[in-house]
Amino acid sequence: MASNPIVTVAGLNKWYGDFHVLRDINLDVGPGERIVICGPSGSGKSTLIRCMNALEEFQEGKIIVDGIELGPNLRRVDEVRREVGMVFQNFNLFPHLTVLENCTLAPMWVRHIPQKEAEATAMKYLERVRIPDKANKYPGQISGGQQQRVAIARALTMNPKIMLFDEPTSALDPEMVKEVLETMVDLADEGMTMLVVTHEMGFAKEVANRVVFMDAGQIIEANTPANFFANPQHARTKLFLSQILR
Amino acid sequence: MSEQIAPFVRTELAPERQAPLRTTGFIGFLRTRLFNTPTNALLTVLGVLLLWAVIVPAVRFLVVDAVWSGNDRTACLSQNAGHPVGACWPFVQAKFIQFIYGFYPEAQRWRVNLTFVMAALLLLPLLIPRLPAKAANAGLFFLVLPVVAFFLLYGGGLQGFAIGWVTHLLSSFIMAVGDAGARLADIGTASATPAGPVLKLLGDGIVWFSTALLYLMFPLLWLRNHILSTGQPLWADFAASAVIVSLVLFWLNGGFRAGWRALLVSLVTFAGIGIIIVAMGLDHGGLPIVDTRLWGGLLVTLVVAITGIVASMPIGIALALGRRSSIPLIRVFSVAFIEFWRGVPLITVLFFATYMLPLFLPGNFTVDGLVRVLIGIALFAGAYNAEVIRGGLQAIARGQEEAASALGLSHWKTTRLIVLPQALRHVIPGLVNSFIALFKDTSLVSIVALFDLLGILRAAFADPAWATPTTLFTGFAFTGMIYFVVCFAMSRYSLFVERRLNVHKRS
Repeated sequence: MASNPIVTVAGLNKWYGDFHVLRDINLDVGPGERIVICGPSGSGKSTLIRCMNALEEFQEGKIIVDGIELGPNLRRVDEVRREVGMVFQNFNLFPHLTVLENCTLAPMWVRHIPQKEAEATAMKYLERVRIPDKANKYPGQISGGQQQRVAIARALTMNPKIMLFDEPTSALDPEMVKEVLETMVDLADEGMTMLVVTHEMGFAKEVANRVVFMDAGQIIEANTPANFFANPQHARTKLFLSQILR
Repeated sequence: MSEQIAPFVRTELAPERQAPLRTTGFIGFLRTRLFNTPTNALLTVLGVLLLWAVIVPAVRFLVVDAVWSGNDRTACLSQNAGHPVGACWPFVQAKFIQFIYGFYPEAQRWRVNLTFVMAALLLLPLLIPRLPAKAANAGLFFLVLPVVAFFLLYGGGLQGFAIGWVTHLLSSFIMAVGDAGARLADIGTASATPAGPVLKLLGDGIVWFSTALLYLMFPLLWLRNHILSTGQPLWADFAASAVIVSLVLFWLNGGFRAGWRALLVSLVTFAGIGIIIVAMGLDHGGLPIVDTRLWGGLLVTLVVAITGIVASMPIGIALALGRRSSIPLIRVFSVAFIEFWRGVPLITVLFFATYMLPLFLPGNFTVDGLVRVLIGIALFAGAYNAEVIRGGLQAIARGQEEAASALGLSHWKTTRLIVLPQALRHVIPGLVNSFIALFKDTSLVSIVALFDLLGILRAAFADPAWATPTTLFTGFAFTGMIYFVVCFAMSRYSLFVERRLNVHKRS
C-alpha cells in the first residue's frame, strides 16, 4: 500500500432511502496507482467512484482527495472536482457543441483560460487520444469509440490528478472497445492515478496495480491482479471469476 | 441442419442502376401517387374540385370583380360599377393611414416611421446568422431600442436619473412603512383590549426601524439634494450615477487586477446613454407627448406583440427553471404563478389590468393603460412559455448535468451553457406556436379600448362614407392577409432556425 495516499476513503457508508448501498468502505489509493474495481451489477462500484467526485452524497465516513476532505456535507465539492476527471459509461458529451468546443468549455468557463490557449490545449489532448481530425465534428457524427476518447480528452483538459472511469467500454461495440482501452493504457503509462470500474479483465491484468472486488456494497477482496486472478480467497470472488472467465 | 445451408460468398458487387422510368418525373408522380388505385383517383378528382370551388370565387372576389379606385362608397356599388362588386379596395386605400398609425397625429407620424425603420434595421441583421457582431446587435435591439422607441413614440423628457429614481423609490417605501407603523401605534394607543400595548410596541418598533433606515439612506439623500441644487439635475445625476456604477463594477470584477474591462464597458454604456439623451433632447423636455390612447392600428399590434414575445421569454425561462428548483419556496411560487395565469382567460387579464388595477393602486400612482396591458400580456405569455420550456428541460438527460458538474461547472453555468441551449432547441416549434398565438391574441386588446389593427378596422366599418355591401369582407380580407403574412413569416423563419441549430443532429 502506498505510504502517502492521494485518495483515502475511510468508513464510507451510504444509503438510498433504506437501502444500504455502500457499507464500511475503506480504500487508500497511492499516487500513480491504477485500481480496477469489479463486481456484479448493483454491487455499488459505480456509486463508490461517483462519491469520490461528489456526484453522490453519502451519510457517513469521509473521503480525502489530495488533501481535500469531503465529509457528508460536501462543502468542498468544487475543489475536489478540479482535481478529479471522470469518464462515463454513456460518454455524456454535449451534443450541441463540437468535439473541440466540448474540450474547451470547462477550461474557458471554470479556469478562465483564453479561447486560443484553451483550443491549443484541447488539440494537444485530442492528438493524444488520436482524433485531432474530428475536432470540428459534432458528437453525433462520430463513432462510439471516438466519442469515448473525446470524453477522455475532455476530462484531461482540466488537468486532473486522478481519473475515474465508470464502465467506459460497456456501451461500446466490441470493435471499438480496443481503441478506448488502448487510450487508457497510454494514460496509465504516463503515470496517471486511475480508478476504473470495468469488466475488462484483460485490462485489469495488463494495467492494474490492484484489483478490488465488490459485492453487496462492500469490498470483498483486494489484491494484485496476479494473485487476484490466480488465487482468489473469498468464495464470492471465486464464484464471480468462474462466471466471467469461462 | 447444417448440410441444408448453402454457403454464399458474393463474387461480384451489384452495379448501381437508374430507377425505372415510369416511377419518376411528373407522369410517374401521377401514376404512382394520384391515380394508382381507384380510391386514389376518386380522391384526386374530389380534391381538384374542392380547390376549384375555393380558389375561383376567391380570385373573382379579390381581383376580377374588385373595384380598384374611387373616392367614396358610390364607386363600390354595383349599379355604378356596372357589374357585381367584389372587394372594395378604395376603402382600404382611404383607411390605410389609420390602419397603420391609428389616430397618431399626422405631424408626428415620422416618429412612428422612424421607429419602424430602426426596428427593421436592427432586427434584420439579427435574423441573418452570417452577419457579425451578434452580441452588440442583440444589445441594441433588446435593450437600447425599447428605451429609444419609448421616448420616440410616447415623447417626454427626463427630469432626473438613476440616483434620483432610486432615492425616490427607497424613501417613499420607507416613508410608507413608517406611516403604517405610526398608524399601528395609534390603533394600539386607542385600543382598550390587552392587545393594545402589544400593538403600540409593534408600531413604535416599525417607526424606529424605518427611521433607522432613513438614517442609513442619509448619504444617498444628501447626494440627491446636492444634485438637485446644481441647477442641472439631470446631468449632475447622470454623472454621479456613471461614476458610482462604474466604480462598483470595476471593484466587483477584480479592481486593479482584472476590472478594467468592466470599467470600460460601463463607461461606454453611459456614454451611449448620454448620446441618446442629447440626440433626443431628453434633457430639455424631449418630443411632444402623444398619449397612448391616440396610438392604433398596426403600430399597437406590433408594439404589443413584440413586447409580449420578447418579455415573455425571460419570464418563461425563469419560471420553468423555478418550477424545477430544489428550493421549495421558489418551486411553489413558480407553480402557483404558472397555474394562476394559465387558469384565467386573457380577456380577464386585460380587463383586470385596465379597469380594476387602477382601483387598487395608491391614488397618485398611475401606470399608462397600454403599459398595464403590456405587462399583463407578458406575464400571461410567460406562463405559457414556461410550460413549453419545461418540456424541453425534461428532455435533457441527467448525464449531461453530471458531466458538466464533473468538469467543475457550477449549477448556473451548467444551466446556461449545457441545459438551456439544448432545451430551447427542442422546443422551438412549441415556442413559435405560442408566439404566433400571442400575435393573433393581441387583437383582444381592442376590448379594453385600445385600437389595434382589428380594432381600428372595426372602427373604420362605422364610417357611413364607406358603407357598402362588401366593405366588411374587404376589410377582413386585408387584415387577414397582414396577419397571415406575419405569422407565416415567423413560421418559416423558425423552420430555418431549427434546421440551423440542429445541425449537430445530422450525421
